[in-house]
Amino acid sequence: MPIDTANISSHSMILNALGKDRGGQILLLALLGICIVVPVFNLLVPQTSSLHLSTYVVTLLGKYLCFALLALALDLAWGYCGILSLGHGAFFALGGYCMGMYLMRQIGTRGVYGDPVLPDFMVFLDWEELPWYWLGFDNFGFAMLMALLVPGILGFVFGWLAFRSRVTGVYLSIILQALTYALMLAFFRNEMGFGGNNGMTDFKDILGFDLQADTTRIALFVLTAVILALVYVVSRYVVSSKFGRVVVSIRDAESRMRFLGYKVDRYKTALFVFSAVIAGIAGALYVPMVGIINPGEFSPLNSIEIVIWVAIGGRSTLFGAVLGAILVNYAKTRFTAVMPEMWLFGLGALFVLVTVFLPKGVVGLFGARKKKDVQS
Amino acid sequence: MLRLFGSLHKIIVSLHAPVLRATRALILTFVVISSAPSIAQPVIPAPAGLADEAVTYINTYSNILQSFAANEDRETADLIAALALLEEPQVRTFLDTLLAGDVYVMRENPRVVIATRGEDLLAITDAITGAALGEVATRAVQRVSLNNSLRRTLRVLLADLDLESPDPAARLDAVAYLMSQGAEESKPKLEALLANEEDTAVLTQVTAALALLDLTSTDSVVRGQAIDAVDGNLNNAIRNALAEIAENDPDEALRVKARESLEGIADRIRWLGHLETLFFGISLGSVLLLAAIGLAITFGVMGVINMAHGELIMLGAYTTFVVQQLLPNHLEISIIVAIPAAFIVSALFGIAIERGVIRFLYGRPLETLLATFGISLILQQLVRTVFSPLNRSVSTPQWMSGQWQINEVLALNYNRLYIIIFCLLVFFLLSMLLKKTRLGIEVRAVAQNRAMARAIGVRSNRVDALTFGLGSGIAGIAGVALSQLTNVGPNMGQDYIVDSFMVVVFGGVGNLWGAFYSSFILGIVNKVLEPEAGAVLAKILILVFIILFIQRQPRGLFPAKGRGVED
Repeated sequence: MPIDTANISSHSMILNALGKDRGGQILLLALLGICIVVPVFNLLVPQTSSLHLSTYVVTLLGKYLCFALLALALDLAWGYCGILSLGHGAFFALGGYCMGMYLMRQIGTRGVYGDPVLPDFMVFLDWEELPWYWLGFDNFGFAMLMALLVPGILGFVFGWLAFRSRVTGVYLSIILQALTYALMLAFFRNEMGFGGNNGMTDFKDILGFDLQADTTRIALFVLTAVILALVYVVSRYVVSSKFGRVVVSIRDAESRMRFLGYKVDRYKTALFVFSAVIAGIAGALYVPMVGIINPGEFSPLNSIEIVIWVAIGGRSTLFGAVLGAILVNYAKTRFTAVMPEMWLFGLGALFVLVTVFLPKGVVGLFGARKKKDVQS
Repeated sequence: MLRLFGSLHKIIVSLHAPVLRATRALILTFVVISSAPSIAQPVIPAPAGLADEAVTYINTYSNILQSFAANEDRETADLIAALALLEEPQVRTFLDTLLAGDVYVMRENPRVVIATRGEDLLAITDAITGAALGEVATRAVQRVSLNNSLRRTLRVLLADLDLESPDPAARLDAVAYLMSQGAEESKPKLEALLANEEDTAVLTQVTAALALLDLTSTDSVVRGQAIDAVDGNLNNAIRNALAEIAENDPDEALRVKARESLEGIADRIRWLGHLETLFFGISLGSVLLLAAIGLAITFGVMGVINMAHGELIMLGAYTTFVVQQLLPNHLEISIIVAIPAAFIVSALFGIAIERGVIRFLYGRPLETLLATFGISLILQQLVRTVFSPLNRSVSTPQWMSGQWQINEVLALNYNRLYIIIFCLLVFFLLSMLLKKTRLGIEVRAVAQNRAMARAIGVRSNRVDALTFGLGSGIAGIAGVALSQLTNVGPNMGQDYIVDSFMVVVFGGVGNLWGAFYSSFILGIVNKVLEPEAGAVLAKILILVFIILFIQRQPRGLFPAKGRGVED
């Protein structure tokens, strides 16, 4: 019986949390909408029709959703707990590498060298056998578990060390940047056994489905949208729970919370691990869609770009992060196609303008207007 | 025959007086050769039976070359052997040219010429007279070929000549070369030099060279003395000779002695290797310090994370490039001019950044980080647009290139050496500035307690702008130094930003000495790890070490003293 009540209460709490979240409702509706519209316009509308949605666009939209998930993860840490992580790209990439290792093993004898066990790059480097850390990655379930565990454990170890010794603010950001930089250098090395500079690519299929097929692409897209929706709901629940309130209080007055007797480091670590795992999921979804994972994903620039998505969308709103990721990446796609040299100017200007003039992001604009309406 | 005479005639007409003598000699040699067509023994007196007894055969530079050209076989070995016995000054130049492969013989109208390589045509000058003979096609001439053994002979010959050079450096090089070749035939010349030499460096080298020759002596006593004489010498040839004795000498005692001597040398080399690692570590440390010290000021004093710091370094490096372009004929001083120029350029950019963006964000360090990151992207793209996405090369002035060869094993690059000195100088001036000047006192006051400093009348706005300008200007100076070590490109700032932050975080914020110690510690540790672990792994290890270190000591090596609550 008590279990039931707990279920009911948590169930109602989720609904309760979402009930007050207008942005979240719109987001979930939108996700539901594209889950229907995109497959219909891609698979059912004939290619000759002008309404047809090409698979390229589907993949692009899927990429945006993965980035949105990643931005959501960062917003949890930064927006709700003040942990400005310049290392979320690392968690994303680690999740991606786990998926990549699974996909690599699925290639089997279809590689250039046709080795049934060793991926091409290992044959090329004259490796005799699969390193121990590759074992089990031919199993999808194991690989997915690792995609959650590896970022999670890294997040835990780092958070446990850093938060316990009260490394905060810019120090934490810089250290996280050093972490992702070190990982990038490490993954660039051929000796690591992750494909070195080239990373992993040339994937064939996932769970037996051809990765190039339209249906697989649509399935991946829908899956990403569904996971984004689920993660959004869970995150909303987490931040509006008691735990979430404690975390927000830590963000605003860490010392006071400590003096009140809360184990600040545990709360922060828990939230950080949760955030890292979500980033890992985003990475794992991203790799089969784009068909490549390489150490460039670890570059400090990538991690800091995630921060700007969240900042532009609006911090500590969750849906703002999603919105920001999609907006910035859409702009990036358009800009880099038309005038690539202008993109960095644009991105740089966005950083400056948003931090100086729009501390609450795009979402803040709407919020401000609403407040004015109320006042008048 | 007639044709030959015809062209000779033409030359006689075309050449002026001092050359005529040579031409006359040519005719003479021609006569000599037509009767005895060989210069295999060029020193022999004029063969008997030559009609004109009055002409004495003089073996001069010009007639050796003439007979060489006229002879069908053209044995280069004979030519070298013949020239070796001469003392005429132009022989030296000619042998150098021969070694460089620029000596040719014309196919038609055989004569020795010196050619400057062009695209298809060769600009030729007469080897004897030095007169320009215009351009000819490559086919019209045949190179005087050299094989490896001839090249060695030639080099030994040149070294022999250099032993008498008035320049001690040339003598030293000559001895070193003869030593590396183990040239037994030069022994008398070396002994002669030993007797007259006054320069100590040359003297040491000659002694070593003679000892080296003694090491291969048949007399075991001489060999034993030679082993004593070369004790601790780092020369490669001596080490090889010692190793040979240690392995194969019939005398057991000498073998042991040689082995001991070799071990001593190996110890010395190992020790010098450590010294070299230390030098590279200090060099890396000074680069890190230069890159980080500006950051330490802005971060320490203003609590501002300036992610565009790397780009300010880059601007300094590009300023160096521009200054060099503006002063193409004054390469030697352009680098000196570039130092203040880079300081001003980067400082102005820094002040603009501070006034334009950062002052709106005080008290929000994370936002500052993001905004300055945006600025760094803009600056990178700006440089890409204005210059090019490609790397630019900044040339190194003569006085900064090359090496300071301390001994056979240890050589220090001048550019690294100067950068170490420069870095220490900048550090010293900066700490004096912060310690002694009014601005420095104000900067420290604001760093310690902004509100209190304002209360007693420090204009903190002005101090902030100047501090930021100072930190940025020093980044620009770092750029000048870095332009001498690495490529100057739009991405160079990014390469240093993580490292600079590591230095500041490791050393402790707001503390110049913290940055000082941490740069040199990180630099030296990095270089010590590098041979074992490889460059990339060494860097990873350092990063991991700092990440762990910060967990234990969140305020760095030298934390700022204070009792403030963190929040």
